[in-house]
Amino acid sequence: MWTSDSTIVTDTLKAASGSQDTGWIMHHVLDARELDLTPFGIIHLPQIHLFGMDLSITKHVVFMWIAVILLVLAFIVARKSYQKSLVPRGITNLLEILIVFVRDEIARPTIGHGFEKFLPYLLTVFFFILTCNFLGLIPYGSTATSNISVTATLATISFFVIQIGGIMKNGFFGYFKGLIPHGIPMWLLPIMFVVELLGLFTKPFALAIRLFANMTAGHIVIMALLGLIFILRTYFVVPVSISFALFIFLLEILVALIQAYIFTMLSSLFIGMAYHQEH
Amino acid sequence: MILADLFVVALAGGGESGGPLDVNPGVILWTVVTFIFLLLILKKIAWKPILNSLKERESFIKESLEKAETAKKDAEKLIADNKQNMLKAEDEARKIINQSREYAEKLKSQILGESKLQAKKMIDDAASEIERKNAEAFNKLKDQVADIAIQSAEKILRESLDKDKQIKLVKKYLDDLSNN
Repeated sequence: MWTSDSTIVTDTLKAASGSQDTGWIMHHVLDARELDLTPFGIIHLPQIHLFGMDLSITKHVVFMWIAVILLVLAFIVARKSYQKSLVPRGITNLLEILIVFVRDEIARPTIGHGFEKFLPYLLTVFFFILTCNFLGLIPYGSTATSNISVTATLATISFFVIQIGGIMKNGFFGYFKGLIPHGIPMWLLPIMFVVELLGLFTKPFALAIRLFANMTAGHIVIMALLGLIFILRTYFVVPVSISFALFIFLLEILVALIQAYIFTMLSSLFIGMAYHQEH
Repeated sequence: MILADLFVVALAGGGESGGPLDVNPGVILWTVVTFIFLLLILKKIAWKPILNSLKERESFIKESLEKAETAKKDAEKLIADNKQNMLKAEDEARKIINQSREYAEKLKSQILGESKLQAKKMIDDAASEIERKNAEAFNKLKDQVADIAIQSAEKILRESLDKDKQIKLVKKYLDDLSNN
């Protein structure tokens, strides 16, 4: 069972990365060293090799930067609007809804007392992931969050924030002591310690995989539905493909929001668990 | 088993074409740099001022609501006070009017009584005066009559010679008297 499953997955991945027929789907989903703006041309990104590492700027890095630029511009506008008057208007209204949502629906209930310290991190993660998710939905766009390297890095940053938050509140030894639940038999302690320690790492791992898989899957499904037209070579499938792709696309909009929310929510939850260990 | 396979594929798929699970150290580094840069810049330009503005506005709204509440309470109290004052003033006015009416009534009856008394006294005075005058006049008349009688008697006594003369005399004096 497991072997057959793994062979299927392996074969699919091999086909995905190797085969010419489905390569174009992966081409759209995967990272690249150039910006494909066909029919306007292809922009080759600079390749940087430093300290024996490949630090080239890739498509996803460019889209992360676009997200950064958009966010900085939006928040400059928002800040100016707040300096003028305390009543939000225009884009500030939208940003305020999201900020207040992260503050009152995510950070405050999950972390509780002392949540203000983590608010900048949670807000940044939320807006960054949200913007990256949405950038993948515009034409010529690419989802930086469908890159496992990006999501793993974000999850690792979350991991550090969680651990540092817990250690700063409870002290180094107090924090690791608090990881083990109270009232368990002595002989279970070594096992529990290992289990809890593993739990620390599985949480961010789950965060990374969840975001990556969600953002990748929707795109692959859209591509596959559109690809039906070219594989079946008939016009009759066009309405079906387009309508299904449109449906998935609308779903993707929802998923883009939900995944940003979930990543922030779970990060916040884990921070709260590490911060207030008594619960 | 499956993880190992995936790992192998991911490694094998590395390179230009790459697989979906291909981990690119460059991207990791750029993600870290980008995210930390974004965190710092947004913390400076956005989170601090915007969260402060939000807090400020929330406290402002809270304060305003509280202020409105107290103002409403004050106004209600003021209205109640006014009403009470008005009632009091009305009462007072009514009391004053009643008092003055009573006073006027009293004054009227007093004056009336006094004037009645005075009038009665005046009437009484006049009556007693008349009485006195009457008595005086009567006394005078009595004296005069007595005088006349005495005088006539004197005359009679002086001229009491004959009867004719006497009669004449009496007649004459009676005539005098009646002429008088």
